[in-house]
Amino acid sequence: MRFLMTMNGGGPQPDQQLYAEMERFVEELTKAGVLLATGGLDPAGTHIRAADGTVVLTDGPYTEAKETIVSFALIDVRSKAEAIELSRRFWAIVKDGEGDMRQVFGPET
Amino acid sequence: MAPDSRAAIEAVWRLESARIVAGLARMVRDVGLAEELAQDALVAALEQWPESGVPANPGAWLMVNARHRAIDRFRRNDRLASRITELAHQAQDRHQASIVNGPADFDAVIDDDRLDDDLLRLIFTACHPALSTESRVALALRVLGGLTTEEIARAFLVPEPTVAQRIVRAKRTLADRRIPFEVPPPAQRAQRLASVLEVVYLIFNEGYVATAGDDWMRPALCHEALRLGRVLAELAPDEPEVHGLVALMEIQSSRTRARVGPDGEPIAILEQNRGRWDQLLIRRGYLALLRAERIGRPVGPYVLQAAIAACHAQARSAHDTDWGRIASLYQTLARLTPTPVVELNRAVAVAMAYGPDRGLDILDALAAEPALRDYHLLPSVRGDLLARVGRTEEARAEFQRAASLTRNARERALLLDRAEACAS
Repeated sequence: MRFLMTMNGGGPQPDQQLYAEMERFVEELTKAGVLLATGGLDPAGTHIRAADGTVVLTDGPYTEAKETIVSFALIDVRSKAEAIELSRRFWAIVKDGEGDMRQVFGPET
Repeated sequence: MAPDSRAAIEAVWRLESARIVAGLARMVRDVGLAEELAQDALVAALEQWPESGVPANPGAWLMVNARHRAIDRFRRNDRLASRITELAHQAQDRHQASIVNGPADFDAVIDDDRLDDDLLRLIFTACHPALSTESRVALALRVLGGLTTEEIARAFLVPEPTVAQRIVRAKRTLADRRIPFEVPPPAQRAQRLASVLEVVYLIFNEGYVATAGDDWMRPALCHEALRLGRVLAELAPDEPEVHGLVALMEIQSSRTRARVGPDGEPIAILEQNRGRWDQLLIRRGYLALLRAERIGRPVGPYVLQAAIAACHAQARSAHDTDWGRIASLYQTLARLTPTPVVELNRAVAVAMAYGPDRGLDILDALAAEPALRDYHLLPSVRGDLLARVGRTEEARAEFQRAASLTRNARERALLLDRAEACAS
């Protein structure tokens, strides 16, 4: 089962220690055969809106950082409970902030 | 217990149990005992966590709990105690010493690098060639995958007591034959690694042949094998065949959605809708293959099979397939593992690359092969090639023979259709 874990902006500025802990966590996920992809996103994105076939583009950044995804991890686990457990570990490192966890319908679904 | 809480504990177990068993096995030098101690710790967690909440570091909690149990057992068992004291004296590191004093240092318990070494030892031990293939597979799924006996039984369509028996027998063999808990020395490494890879690929294939309507545990075996392979690739990054097997499994898994039709009928690779192939897994497969090649050692059968799978993955359409390259990869593979099935596959590739006559030459040499006597793919492939060169009467007989040999009803119908088409 694949899950996309996303983190929104607006959290505390990461310091050296947080970076180091994150790096360790990512390494742990890789070693566990869980991590498929991960990356950070430029908050200055482009918002796309289509109405009746008319496309309108609006450049970011958005006013509400809390509503913008700034990073993601795509993981491959055996159950939703495993994804929750890994998510819990991730947020225990980050401490403050918010994000989402969504199942991605992958090869076996 | 609340179902959420149970699911959370089971998830922790699935994620952590292999490393816990591995760490304990280093301590008690007995995989069977280590697994029992870890199971006891799990039972304690199931009792305590719903009240106390899941601890901040559940893996370390389980490990410490199981270690305490090990120490208790040593205190009650003189023979084990003297053995462990002796081991502790031998060991220079503080970890081994801490067994006797109790695990005071939490960090020492969850020392990652050390647990990585232990996990590699556990993989080699659980897949030891002294164990029967069935026992190796069951023990690996149990101690490396954290699967329950019941889950393994469901996955392999055998009664639960049968699996329990296999695991008990495996543990006993390891103990009786005093199989050391270690990464094998260089002289044995290749043979022992082959035994590990065989177990992983057997698990994968058992899941791959699952059909619609099977218990979901069966296809889940593919995922389990892939996960084990990925773990192994990080633990033994210098082994080309490990990356080769991972690449093979990633690329085969990429076709999961395309290889079965809406009514559950199998779809052959050349007829699959390539838009349904999972590009993420394909890329992971390429990457694993690249890692294997970069090591710069002679390639083995898994790397070659992965390279063949990659040829298919690279082709935008069936028509674009580089059959010349596939034929030459099969030729190399046939030199390393000269089996009739590899020859049969080579015949197909050669026929595609250089024409049906060349393929038929290879098949004719296989006709007397006893291993293929009842294998429906031989007459099926031969029928196909004969039809292409216009030898329709012979083709029809081959299709009929293939139909009589296959156990798959859909395939039989398809083959009889082809036989029919030859007659007209």
